[in-house]
Amino acid sequence: MQHTSTQDTLVGLFVASGIVGLFFLALQVSNLSSFVEEDSYTITARFENSGGLKIKSPVSASGVKIGKVSNISFDPDTYQSVVQMSIYSKYNTLPDDTTASIFTAGLLGEQYVNLEPGGSDIFLQNGGKVEITQSAIILEKAIGQFLFKSAEEKK
Amino acid sequence: MIQFLQYLGKSTRTSFTKLGRGTYFLLQIISGILSVIPRPRLLLNQMYSIGVLSFLIITTSGLFVGMVLGLQGYYTLSDFGAEETLGVMVAASLVRELGPVVTALLFAGRAGSALTAEIGLMKATEQLSGMEMMAVDPIKRIISPRFLAGFLSMPLLAALFSAVGIIGGQLIGSGLLGVDEGAYWSQMQANLDFQDDIINGVIKSIVFGFVTSWIALFEGYDTIPTSEGVSRATTRTVVNSAFSILGLDFILTTLMFGDD
Repeated sequence: MQHTSTQDTLVGLFVASGIVGLFFLALQVSNLSSFVEEDSYTITARFENSGGLKIKSPVSASGVKIGKVSNISFDPDTYQSVVQMSIYSKYNTLPDDTTASIFTAGLLGEQYVNLEPGGSDIFLQNGGKVEITQSAIILEKAIGQFLFKSAEEKK
Repeated sequence: MIQFLQYLGKSTRTSFTKLGRGTYFLLQIISGILSVIPRPRLLLNQMYSIGVLSFLIITTSGLFVGMVLGLQGYYTLSDFGAEETLGVMVAASLVRELGPVVTALLFAGRAGSALTAEIGLMKATEQLSGMEMMAVDPIKRIISPRFLAGFLSMPLLAALFSAVGIIGGQLIGSGLLGVDEGAYWSQMQANLDFQDDIINGVIKSIVFGFVTSWIALFEGYDTIPTSEGVSRATTRTVVNSAFSILGLDFILTTLMFGDD
């Protein structure tokens, strides 16, 4: 058995390096900041079709992530998809005539909500509604329409 | 026919009594853990022989597993023009599966077998009975510190394994094969979740540490006190640990990553 103080040092080093490893995984590998809830406020938008949008999908404006989708539900009265988004509090100057559209990152990438600010002076508050929306583009539907149309033209 | 039935009955009975003894032993260990707290020296010595001495093999294997993942992942992903997602592949497979499982298998081979042999020999040379004669509880003095040390070391070792592996994958991926370093890290950060991936991996490694230490100590404590018995117990430790680790991993994966 080695001298006890050397042993202590080695055990200390081992535990410290293990904890450093855990911190490395937490901070460098996963994005811990998305785990810590940032201050945010909620707005909702109604879409005819929310496509492959999921809870935790990003919400971005001008390509910058400003929040995430917190809930998606189906409204049985209007047959619309109600998408709830939590927007980080520091971005609290979205005008109330903002347009929300569902886009796809890349051809096969994940879907996200894009907010395009309008020109109004009134800002969206917590619980506010985005009135102007544009549904997700369903690729199969678009292809179907295209095929149908080109078949029609040939007649 | 009767003989077969007899054999079946006997093996059922022995395996159940063994399971019972194992569970009772586990309860004894856990109730003995409290008495380790006033004697941190015992725990420290065991952390040294279980954790520190496993450090090298864990980090080396982690590095090589990560590098191999980097290579293989690159070859497959570049077929789809998706080599930027190499970081996600390496990190997800390490943090979710390979980190906890391979670490636990190595841990069972490196530390578990040593524990069994040590305790088995203590029993064979009647050191444990000697302790009892001196009114020293061998569970509290010998077993519980080792159990606690294994239980604490395993998550640390698994985290090290994954961390070193991810760095190894990056070394190969962006150093040798030319994947963009920024893409490697940013894709990884965007696609791995702290709670879903990292915490679940840590939970897995805690479970494996618990099971491996328990099996190793029980096989040692339950050994037939001869040299042949000790050798058999050591073998059983490695085999049973491997089975339980892989079986539990399947169950835990189904529970954790089932609905996505």
